[in-house]
Amino acid sequence: MWSYLFRRILAVIPVLLVVLIIVFLMLRLTPGDPAANIAGDAATTEDIAQLRADLGLEEPLLVQFGIYAKNLLRGDFGESFYYKRPVISMIADGVQPTLSLALFTIVIASVIAVPLGTLAAYRQGTWIDRMVMGFSVVGFSVPVFVIGYLLIYFLSVKLEWFPVQGYQHIQDGIAGWAYRLILPASALSVIFIALIARMTRTSVLEVLNEDYIRTARAKGLPESKVVMKHALRNAAVPIVTIIGIAIGILISGVVVTESVFVIPGLGLLTLDAIQGRDYPTVQALIILFSVVYVLINLVIDLLYTLLDPRIRY
Amino acid sequence: MTRTLLRSIKTATAASVLASALFTGGMAQAENVLNVNMHSDLKIVDPIWTTAYMSRNYGYMVYDTLFAMNTKGEVMPQMVDSHTISDDGLTYDFTLREGLMFHDDQPVTSADVIASIKRWGAKDAMGQKMMSFVAEMSETGGNSFQFKLNEPTGLIIQALGKPSSNVPFIMPARIAATPPGDQITEYIGSGPYVFLKDEWKPGDKAEFAKFEKYVPRDEPGDGLAGGKVVHVDKVVWKVIRDQQTKMNALSKGEIDVIESPAHDLLPLMEEDPNIQLVDLNPFGNQYTFRYNSIHPPFDDPKVRQALLYAFDQEEFLYAAIGDEKYFKVCKAMFICGTPISSEKGFEDKLEGNLAKAKELIAASSYDGTPLILMHPTDLAVLEPLPPVAKDIMEKIGLKVDMQAMDWQTLVGRRNKKDLPADGGWNAFITSWNSVDNASPLTTPFLNAACDQALFGWPCDDTIQALRDDFSREPDAAKQLEIVEKLQERVAESPTHVHLGQWYQPHAMGKNISGAPVSPVPAFWGYKKGE
Repeated sequence: MWSYLFRRILAVIPVLLVVLIIVFLMLRLTPGDPAANIAGDAATTEDIAQLRADLGLEEPLLVQFGIYAKNLLRGDFGESFYYKRPVISMIADGVQPTLSLALFTIVIASVIAVPLGTLAAYRQGTWIDRMVMGFSVVGFSVPVFVIGYLLIYFLSVKLEWFPVQGYQHIQDGIAGWAYRLILPASALSVIFIALIARMTRTSVLEVLNEDYIRTARAKGLPESKVVMKHALRNAAVPIVTIIGIAIGILISGVVVTESVFVIPGLGLLTLDAIQGRDYPTVQALIILFSVVYVLINLVIDLLYTLLDPRIRY
Repeated sequence: MTRTLLRSIKTATAASVLASALFTGGMAQAENVLNVNMHSDLKIVDPIWTTAYMSRNYGYMVYDTLFAMNTKGEVMPQMVDSHTISDDGLTYDFTLREGLMFHDDQPVTSADVIASIKRWGAKDAMGQKMMSFVAEMSETGGNSFQFKLNEPTGLIIQALGKPSSNVPFIMPARIAATPPGDQITEYIGSGPYVFLKDEWKPGDKAEFAKFEKYVPRDEPGDGLAGGKVVHVDKVVWKVIRDQQTKMNALSKGEIDVIESPAHDLLPLMEEDPNIQLVDLNPFGNQYTFRYNSIHPPFDDPKVRQALLYAFDQEEFLYAAIGDEKYFKVCKAMFICGTPISSEKGFEDKLEGNLAKAKELIAASSYDGTPLILMHPTDLAVLEPLPPVAKDIMEKIGLKVDMQAMDWQTLVGRRNKKDLPADGGWNAFITSWNSVDNASPLTTPFLNAACDQALFGWPCDDTIQALRDDFSREPDAAKQLEIVEKLQERVAESPTHVHLGQWYQPHAMGKNISGAPVSPVPAFWGYKKGE
């Protein structure tokens, strides 16, 4: 187990190196010039060339990469081209809002989707099943921003139950923090409810036809115990996998949600940095997202051993 | 049953509203705070180092200027109390107003002024022009200073009152000593607001507190001139990117002002009882079509001229803005309504004369090679324009390869001098704040100094000579004569095509009043009621 963990963590290094090289090259080969953008519309070609040199963008790509990699080894992710602030401090500012939104979303999605999917499987072919599956199709099909606008229109503008936009830091009050996250997390969770409910239904359906379920019923166990203890637990591995994948998808989902609900998190930071060709910020964010994604996969793999004793590393 | 259900819904609603009030009430601010959504995020806090409009807007919050432009386009004293010009026009003496203080409680001195003007004069195109006339700047007292010129010019006061990027803002001498190529790292000004650096969250908000020691002029505020009286405790520039969310937030009172609401949402805002639309910029904005003059076919003046005949401003303005309330057809190159406004040279142009345009193309060196028209698809105010241009250009016999891209890609590409086929370009359309295009010296696209000009790099000695003449001429009537000659020359050898003026109203809550009419967003004068 420990050697597996060590090997997996070691395997992260080449992954990150590849990610780093690809992101570094892609950014510089993508059209657009941060210097031209920073200098402003009325800047002359000379001004822009000077700024490019100041930013180190006139150096050959290999030299630029060497400098970046050297700084990275020292833990220096660089400074934003625009804000002249260390990228790490800008990322640190955005972690709490994004993490809060992601956690809220996953909790809402899991709490609603797993029982819904289980119920749909248990009542296969009934109107409940059809409703859950119908909701799944709609949940997959409607973009997050449309759901966001609808929630804002009905719950914020018309009923005035929630603010239209904005984020409150947890240190400024936990109630306000949670209250302001309800709407964005609800909007973002719809697609995950659809995804997880569908996967739960399929997994539980498979398990419900197994011999040990028949045996459990034959022993006279109540249905709730059959479903919760025997069916759901054995269907958990694919459900946990899909929740892991969902966390990965969340990274892209937060960009739209943060924009619609004005949450100053990593999604918006990424969007701004890409649009402005703020290379140091984009590079650091992609490395962060890659690490998070790899770690989530690792945690999911480790969770398998808890959920299924047959799995050993 | 129904009654019980209704009662339950009412109770739930009441509870939610109470909860909402509790939560939001906890966040209510005792201060009188003006929450503003600007057109973009504040990224760079050195208004001399960059020409970005957001940095200029920031500059007007934090810094003050020696002179400033009023709503009539006149330049009036601002930090300057009095000034005299010698009879030979070679010596300018200035005295600063009493009581001017920086945010660090230090008085504003003539040394600060001279250092600031030096830094601005090294960076800004109009500043460079002005400095070419200045032989010496010297302190004549703690709050008085003198410019000695090497020849007379009408440019000095105009340049010191330049309203848009780069604006000659006055900074403490130690900060202004920063080389113009480096960004300043201290944010101390003597303007009506103090920048709260610790509250600045890039991508989220920037905050400014009222500078209690600011001494406004006695005259009533008039554009960027007059008394800058602040009635709110704090201004927060809140970043909201989504247009729909901005509108909803304004309607619910979560923000107070939107600087640039989307034109397609204006009809909805007009109907909203909580929102008022106010046009604060009397000069508006000007659309411009920019040729790349160093590559065929636009290296041939006949092809450039053909577009002056072919384009019809109304077609562009209807496509982009739609509502006639918010645009104006204007053939005057230097903006309708300014003292140098004239149609000279363009009387028979900009009217969609396709026959004349075809004639010119036929007589030109155009060889049928498709030309690259860059099409920014992510900016609502620009996106509809290139398809209109393409359609007209194709009608007169030009082949057009319209290439879609985001604005940042366009900004990067427009600085490339490569052949269009090798990653360069032939043309694109952009928009300027009209105040930038209100003078031959500030109009960025009129600079025809070849390699020293802005992207597009037009090369025309006559235009340059006329701009020089304009800068030397102190008499307003004679300046107009020069402008007319200049326009006639531009009509023969165009540097760009002006495609009409458009207006961007601010959207604000009905409880907001006192917003100053100004070509640049300014936040003194604002009052926020209950």
